[in-house]
Amino acid sequence: MTATTTAPVATTPVHTARRPSPRLRAWATRAPLLPALVFMIAVTQLPFVATLVISFFDWNSLYPDARHFAGIDNYREVLTDADLRHSVWTTVLLTAAVVLASLVLGLVLALLLDRRFRGRGVVRTLLIAPFLVVPVAAALLWKHVLYNPEYGLFNGLLHYVGGPQPDWISNTPLLAVEASLVWQWTPFMMLILLAGLQSRDHEQIEAARVDGASDWQIFRHLTLPHLRRYLELGALLGSIYIVQNFDAVFTITSGGLGTANLPYTVYQSFYQAHENGLASAAGVLVVIGSIIIATFALRVVSSLFREEVSRA
Amino acid sequence: MSAVAVRPRMRSRRKGAGLGLVAWLLGILFFLPIAWMALTSFHSEQDAATNPPSFAASLTLDGYREFFGAGGGASPWPALINSTVASVASTLFVLVLALPAAYALSIRPVKKWTDVLFFFLSTKMLPAVAGLLPLYLFAKNTDMLDNIWLLVILYTSMNLPIAVWMMQSFLAEVPVAIIEAARVDGARLPTILTRVVAPIALPGIAATALICFIFSWNELLFARVLTGVVAETAPVFLTGFITSQGLFLAKVCAASLVISLPVLAAGFAAQDKLVQGLSLGAVK
Repeated sequence: MTATTTAPVATTPVHTARRPSPRLRAWATRAPLLPALVFMIAVTQLPFVATLVISFFDWNSLYPDARHFAGIDNYREVLTDADLRHSVWTTVLLTAAVVLASLVLGLVLALLLDRRFRGRGVVRTLLIAPFLVVPVAAALLWKHVLYNPEYGLFNGLLHYVGGPQPDWISNTPLLAVEASLVWQWTPFMMLILLAGLQSRDHEQIEAARVDGASDWQIFRHLTLPHLRRYLELGALLGSIYIVQNFDAVFTITSGGLGTANLPYTVYQSFYQAHENGLASAAGVLVVIGSIIIATFALRVVSSLFREEVSRA
Repeated sequence: MSAVAVRPRMRSRRKGAGLGLVAWLLGILFFLPIAWMALTSFHSEQDAATNPPSFAASLTLDGYREFFGAGGGASPWPALINSTVASVASTLFVLVLALPAAYALSIRPVKKWTDVLFFFLSTKMLPAVAGLLPLYLFAKNTDMLDNIWLLVILYTSMNLPIAVWMMQSFLAEVPVAIIEAARVDGARLPTILTRVVAPIALPGIAATALICFIFSWNELLFARVLTGVVAETAPVFLTGFITSQGLFLAKVCAASLVISLPVLAAGFAAQDKLVQGLSLGAVK
């Protein structure tokens, strides 16, 4: 696609005289890209480098004069501190539970929505809605309006059937946070999987059906293998977003009752405890975790992407 | 077995209707919390806090009046205006930066354009919390704390990768032959961009803008840490409701609903392109 495909007509001498050098042309092609690239490096990469540097210092912002190089002490402290270790575990648990549950629910909903039935568009809209509630608002809704032990909707409905009146958040704090997140993220998984279902080869499925394959056989041997990469993509993108989750933990439990995940701990250790060095070390650990997930995510995205490009 | 197999079409039709019903039930179940939130926002505080719930209580706008500061509480307007400024301005910046970049990645691609595309994506996978502290220290030392324009810059960087990916895929849909034809006819670059590329890519660009708007409007962590009284955004305003304050359910519901309304509107408007945006362009 190098623009030269249109052969210049007759006026060759003038044209060559005005043609810029190849190097200049290469830069002209690159130029539109540069502002975005420079901006991204400045705003996202530089702060991370700074975090990396700070993570090697013993630095409490209340005692700025006592700042000194501490080597890997912060990492040692983060990895041995019981609270911080617990928050690593909480992060893993929270992410895995929410991703798995919303993926399974999303798959069920996507399979249901892939069929033709009356009001399919309406149901789709109803299902997307939870994802479009501002995350803090959604967390407030679950905390006060649904979970409240005295006048929340859950206990109100249990009242009708004479059931118990549990204090949801105090009894099962992590599960309470997870349930609200599953509610918000299931639509996301559903949308990705629905897109996957709709990109199936329908002729192949028809052919299998004509050959007498049952619904289950078609699902097991045609649909599921096709969906594999969409499932992977949903799981990985979901993980990337939920590992970073701050809103739900902050709102529903304020990090209490053992629900503090790593982003909340990082926030707390520098915003409330002013431990800059420790916060940075914890931040670097979050990044390392994310890079591990992201490496796989990028691979999946790139395989889907190459398929798109080759199909086009 | 054979008795059933005689009329397979009948059976599958009945099963289809049954599964449609299940889909409806699940759809209503997922929507129920939102419907209940909407209903509660129109109840009086007394009716909102009953057990068992009062489904048929009389309706009132008191929750909304209370939210907008009628009861002497803080007015949400500054926060709503801040959120609007942060979301709209950052979305505009994103478009200004992403459009040329997407052009250089699709219509006249640079060498190794896929590598550049994946660099943008990889920045999105770096957790925001990792750069939070240096950004806070930077803002503090340059007097940018509690300044809405700092959020505008950060939201621009947060959404730029998504926008570049989405727009790259939209611009790639513009047929090269049309552009070549216009060039042969003597059209110059601005004309090609406005008359040939824009009409084809515009719906995609609009969807991209809506999705960037949603992400900026929703953001809490940066806003919470980097703003205070002046530049407080709507989600930060909502965090004021985290601890219970007597009877306030109707007010919480009204607040949550009003603040979610722009996102719901933008999300439904961009419904068809939503997946593409959320999956960073990997799924169409």
